Amino acid sequence: MATRQGAALDRKKLLGDPVMVTTIVVLIAFLTLFILYPLAILLVDSVYGPETGLTGSVFKRIFQMKSFRTAITNTLKVGLTVGILSTLVGLLFAYVEVYVKVRTRFMGGLFKLVSMLPVVSPPFVLSLSMIMLFGKAGIITRFLLHIYDNEVYGYGGIVIVQALTFFPVCYMMLKGLLKNIDPSLEEAARDMGASRFKVFTSVTLPLILPGLGNAFLVTFIESIADFANPMIIGGSYDTLATTIYLQITGAYDKQGAAAMAVVLLTITLAMYLVQKYVLEKKTAATLTGKASRARMAIEDKSVTIPLTVLCSGIALFVILMYICVPFGGLFTTWGYNFNLTTKWFKLVFTKYKGLKAFRDSFLLSMASAPITALLSMIISYLVVKRKFKAKGFIEFVSMLAMAVPGTVLGIGYIRGFVNGVFGTGFLQGIYGSAAILIIVFVVRSLPTGTRSGISALRQIDKSIEESAYDMGADSFKVFMTVTLPLIKDSFLSGLVTAFVRSITAISAIILLVTPQFLLITVQINEFAEKGSYGIACAFATILIAITYGSVLLMNLVIKYFGTSRKIKEAQ
Amino acid sequence: MAKEKKGVRLEHISKIYKDPKTGKDFYAVKDTSLEITPGSFVTLLGPSGCGKTTTLRMIAGFESPDEGEIYLGGEPINALTPNKRDTAMVFQSYALLPHYNIYDNVAYGLKLRKLDKATIREKVTKILKLVGLEGMEERMTNQLSGGQQQRVALARALVLEPGVLLFDEPLSNLDAKLRVTMRTEIRRIQQEAGITAIYVTHDQSEAMALSDQIIIMNKGVVAQIGTPQEIYYHPANEFVADFIGEANFLRGPLTEKAGNEGTVMVNDIPVEVTGVANIDQGADCTLVLRPESAVLANQGQLPCKVIVSCFMGSYQNYHVMVGDTLVKITDFNPKNKRIFAVGEQAYIRFDKEIIHVL
Repeated sequence: MATRQGAALDRKKLLGDPVMVTTIVVLIAFLTLFILYPLAILLVDSVYGPETGLTGSVFKRIFQMKSFRTAITNTLKVGLTVGILSTLVGLLFAYVEVYVKVRTRFMGGLFKLVSMLPVVSPPFVLSLSMIMLFGKAGIITRFLLHIYDNEVYGYGGIVIVQALTFFPVCYMMLKGLLKNIDPSLEEAARDMGASRFKVFTSVTLPLILPGLGNAFLVTFIESIADFANPMIIGGSYDTLATTIYLQITGAYDKQGAAAMAVVLLTITLAMYLVQKYVLEKKTAATLTGKASRARMAIEDKSVTIPLTVLCSGIALFVILMYICVPFGGLFTTWGYNFNLTTKWFKLVFTKYKGLKAFRDSFLLSMASAPITALLSMIISYLVVKRKFKAKGFIEFVSMLAMAVPGTVLGIGYIRGFVNGVFGTGFLQGIYGSAAILIIVFVVRSLPTGTRSGISALRQIDKSIEESAYDMGADSFKVFMTVTLPLIKDSFLSGLVTAFVRSITAISAIILLVTPQFLLITVQINEFAEKGSYGIACAFATILIAITYGSVLLMNLVIKYFGTSRKIKEAQ
Repeated sequence: MAKEKKGVRLEHISKIYKDPKTGKDFYAVKDTSLEITPGSFVTLLGPSGCGKTTTLRMIAGFESPDEGEIYLGGEPINALTPNKRDTAMVFQSYALLPHYNIYDNVAYGLKLRKLDKATIREKVTKILKLVGLEGMEERMTNQLSGGQQQRVALARALVLEPGVLLFDEPLSNLDAKLRVTMRTEIRRIQQEAGITAIYVTHDQSEAMALSDQIIIMNKGVVAQIGTPQEIYYHPANEFVADFIGEANFLRGPLTEKAGNEGTVMVNDIPVEVTGVANIDQGADCTLVLRPESAVLANQGQLPCKVIVSCFMGSYQNYHVMVGDTLVKITDFNPKNKRIFAVGEQAYIRFDKEIIHVL
């Protein structure tokens, strides 16, 4: 083949577009500096010291620590159990929603609430309610069952709390998959004489098997990356995330913590790569088509009743746990004195600087949300609609953040920026400032935003943007006048999701926050650890009110100003 | 209406893609050279995957050629982005901006050119009148029928007065009847506007009805360029003959030759033909016979056996065997003629001028 000028011409066209080039360069710089660099510095730190030179001694040292080895086993054990449990419960919910005829309004509302609650609440409130319901002073254990020494802390507690927190993620994932199965496949199997159970095991299950694996790995990663739940309800049962935290805040062993972080990162990264490059492809390959028509729901009472009872049981239990939180903030002394009082709420705002905590959390999250939303839309646009060399890099790195546990990122930031980039003092100023907190918020929410942006953009015919380009708009104009308006809904929900995720985040931020900022989640964590559940619950209640309020507001805004409404109305 | 009609010239254009399955490179378009004269309506016609859309997208600037240079009005445009090119495209899916109404869709390109409001209004109104959409400015795009959306797409491209108007299978999403109406409209509007148009389609009747010139592409290369008549009656090769309309191929050696006249032995039966000036005596050649150019009769040039005989209303559809070769014949006005039944012996009769020799 002759020399190819196509690539060179594409490059030339790209370079002729300064806004585009600047955007790409800034993006690459941002991703490199705030995702790749902190992780790289951890790796360097764990194998290289100024005095020791290149060494494997740090790893040797941490692996000799019994507590670290136990933490690894603990983490994997918890991850495995939680992964399996969440996937199964998620599958149950998804199956009931898609296949079983239980179309009462009550059940619909229940399902919606259950999938919504974990999104709007801080990731660790269930630990609080778990302790309040089943702990030594737990309402259920102590007052209903008269068990006075129930041990809720440890493996069991973590597993239950995490499974209840993460299963809605599996439910949403699997629901989408099940809906995509063409009902005629199952009808064909039925027609050939298979029983309903046989259809499930021989048709439905094999079809969604890669999807189940996918759901399992996603929750596995979430579980082992989770910091706050093991912190509150783990007791002496340490996982990797908490061990790393204690290693740096308790033992001040930064090198050891870095090496531990590398170990944790290796595990999550490996899982993530399997999930993304093996299972996601398989899922797409087995379930390509859309369902050709509506599915005949199962009406057989011997199936519907047990499944319905099981699902509503779990759902009601989850809801009960969330309801616990505001009451925890209203009872005088949880477990002993159930007189209603406002003293905890008052204390929050008087003694414990609640106003400052809410203001700080609110402002920082408000600042990070638009950055995240815009950034993820820009990334999605570049990934879906444009072609250029660095595209793969941008997509990979921005999604990579999903596999990086917050604790690991936090340590990376400490090691990477406390003396500036590579110890040169460059960007040292951001350490301890609001900027680094905002950046962490952005990086942590970027993958979710980008993913929803990408799927929104894939729905839009490529030629719509091409037509604008063809009529004379440059990339910037195309993005502003066509792309963004068309994915306005996705942008708005990205905005709120980023805000909610930021204001409820804790794992990375707890390592980076300085005394000049008070963050709600950090406060809740602190009081929960101290056993001051009244204060913790009061904080958490207000936080949930804020997040839930913003989600409601978002839905309202989308309803009245969203693109889809305008287009829908026209139809 | 166009500021300036522009011609388009492609010089040795190639586009190479990687096959996603095998990972091998292949030419989507190979060493293609074309000259499109200003003001003409040219169609790129070919089966799917022949490279016609890729060629169009290279002219628009969405793809960059791997080899060769494209000229628009004499200027090389390889390095220009689509927004800097004096082309406007009508997309297969129309690609109307769904968040704008008709007026804003049509005005979009003009606003980018920073024209003042009054001029924009004047131009948009004028163009909407031309495409028959006056009074519908405020409608949203999804309140329109397919044909109306098509008109908006056309208006939006025309209003920019581009040097070249590009069409990417614009009628393929319309129903058959509307397709015929719209293609007449497109031709009328193109002539009124006096604009150069390049039109991609796989529908040969569309190409025939619209074009001054048809460029037939196959497997990334140009198979033939010519007027619709040239292409139909004088196909350059078997591919073109087969692709355009229906064709029967009869093979045999050219046994006698005198200037343009000659005799070809088909199945050991001499068939007199013309137009063999460029074929050597003794060489094997192929006779192209259109089904509607021949009739079945009791006497004629080629004896045959009827294997299918089917009444279709306006014509009788025959499949006959000439030796081992299947020949299809559509015999019009069958009522006035003898209809042959399956199994009968008959003769194929045709004028020798109607045969095209390859």
